Amino acid sequence: MIEVNQLAKRYADFQAVSGITFSAKQGEIVGFLGPNGAGKTTTIRMLSTYLPPSSGSAQVAGFDILTQGDQVRKSIGYLPENPPLYTEMTVAEYLLFVAKIKGVPSRKVKEAVDRSLERCYLTNVREKLCQHLSRGYRQRVGIAQAIIHDPKVIILDEPTSGLDPKQIIEIRQLIGSLGKDHTVLLSTHILAEVSMVCTKVVIINRGKIVLENQLSDLPEGKTLEQIFLEAVSSETDAAIAVGGV
Amino acid sequence: MRNVITIARREILSFFISPVAYFVITGFLLLAGYFFFNFLGIYNEVLQRYSMMPYKDTMNMPNLNQWVVEGFYQTLLVILVFMIPFLTMRTIAEEKKRGTFELLVTSPLSVKEIVLGKFLGVALVISLMMFAVVGFPLLLYVFGNPEFWPIVSGLLALLLCSLAFASIGMAVSSLTENQIVAGVSSMVVLLLLYVIHAPAESLGGVAADILMYLSPTMQVRDLIRGVISLKSVTYFFSLIIFGLFLSERALEAYRWR
Repeated sequence: MIEVNQLAKRYADFQAVSGITFSAKQGEIVGFLGPNGAGKTTTIRMLSTYLPPSSGSAQVAGFDILTQGDQVRKSIGYLPENPPLYTEMTVAEYLLFVAKIKGVPSRKVKEAVDRSLERCYLTNVREKLCQHLSRGYRQRVGIAQAIIHDPKVIILDEPTSGLDPKQIIEIRQLIGSLGKDHTVLLSTHILAEVSMVCTKVVIINRGKIVLENQLSDLPEGKTLEQIFLEAVSSETDAAIAVGGV
Repeated sequence: MRNVITIARREILSFFISPVAYFVITGFLLLAGYFFFNFLGIYNEVLQRYSMMPYKDTMNMPNLNQWVVEGFYQTLLVILVFMIPFLTMRTIAEEKKRGTFELLVTSPLSVKEIVLGKFLGVALVISLMMFAVVGFPLLLYVFGNPEFWPIVSGLLALLLCSLAFASIGMAVSSLTENQIVAGVSSMVVLLLLYVIHAPAESLGGVAADILMYLSPTMQVRDLIRGVISLKSVTYFFSLIIFGLFLSERALEAYRWR
C-alpha cells in the first residue's frame, strides 16, 4: 500500500530526509516514530503529495506520488499536524465541503458525512462551529475529514499531540478501529502509542530510517523503549527527544 | 467545474459568516452615498448658475450624466482601489496560515480549480457590491432624466475593473501567509496601477502611449461615457487572466520551494 524507495528531501541548506526506504502493507497500522525534527512531517508531506521530493520515489496505494499525484490524492486521507479546519464553519458544513472536494459522488455526500461523524463520535457537535471546539474535538474532526471518502491509505501526523489523557485514549481507540479496513501511517513521538495501536514500527532519526520491524517480533526481546533509545542514542539530541516522551 | 463551484461556495460562505463582506459592502456604500450626495450638490449649484445666465437658451443645459454619473463612477474607482484589497487579502494568505491550504492541495483538486473557485467567490461578492451601488444613479430617474446606457456601461466598467483589481489582489495574497502584508501590498500595487499614467505627459512618445494604455483610469473613461470599446474590455480581461495566472504560478511554486 505504501512503498517508499530512497526518498529524500533537501531544503535550501538542510537535508531533512536522506534517502529513506520502508513499506506498509494493506491493513497495517504503521507507527512512524522519531524524535522531534527527525523528518517525520517532511516525509509525510511528500507521501501526501504536498511537497515534492528532491530525489527518490514512493508509491501510495499503487500510484506514484510524482507522476500520478491525482490518483494518490484520491486514495489518501491525510491529517496534517494541525487539523486543517475552516473555523468559521460548523462541523457538518466543513465535512460536507471536504467530502465534495475529495470527490465523493454528490448523492453519497450526506451519507459519507453522517458515517464519518458517527465513527469519530462527533454527532453531538455536528452543528457547532469548529472554532468553538476543544482541541480534542478538533483533532477528531481532523480524523473525520481524513476518513470521509473511505480512502485506502490514511496518514495521520501526530494526531494525539496536545490532548489530555482521556482524549488520547479515545483517539487511539479510533485509530485502532481504522486499521481493520485501511492502511494507516501514524506519525508520533510517543512510544506508548506505537506499542498500543500499531502492528509495525518504523523509526526515523535525523532523516534516516534506523529501524523497520513488526511489533510482534522486536529484535532480541527488547522493549520498544530500549530499541528506540539505542537507535537514537548516538545522537546528541536523543536526551531531549526522550525527555519529550 | 464541480470543484470550482464547491470552492466558490465555501468562499462565499466564509465572506458572509465572518463580517468581512458586510463591512466592506457597507463601507463602500456609505462612501459611495456620501460622494453621490456631493455630486448632486455640485450639479444643483451648476444648474442654479445656468438658470441665472442671460442667454441660457443658446446654451445646452448642464448634462446630468456628465456632471453626476461620470464623476460618481470615477470616484468609485478610487474607493475600489482601497476596498478590493480587503476582500482579497485573506483569500489565499489565510488558507496558508491556518493550514487549510495543505488540505486543498492534498485533495484531488488542481491548483487552477482552487484559484478559479476563490476568484469566483470574490467576484460574486463584488457583483453584489455593484448591484447595490447602481441604486444611486438609478435614483436620478426620480428627479431627472439621465441617459440609461452610460449608467449601465459605466457600471460594467467598474465591475470589470474591480474584477481585475481582485485578480491582482489574489495574486499578491498567494505570495504571503500574512493577511496584513497581502492587504497593504495589494493596495500599494493597485494605487500604483491607478496612477501609472501620471508621468505619461512628461515622458511622451511610445512610453506615454504604453502608460496610458496600462492605466485603468484611462480604460474606464470611454466605458463610463457610454462608449463600449473593445480595447478596454480586452485590457480588463487580460488583467484578470494575468492575475489568475500569477496566483496559480505562485501556489505551484509555494510547494516546490
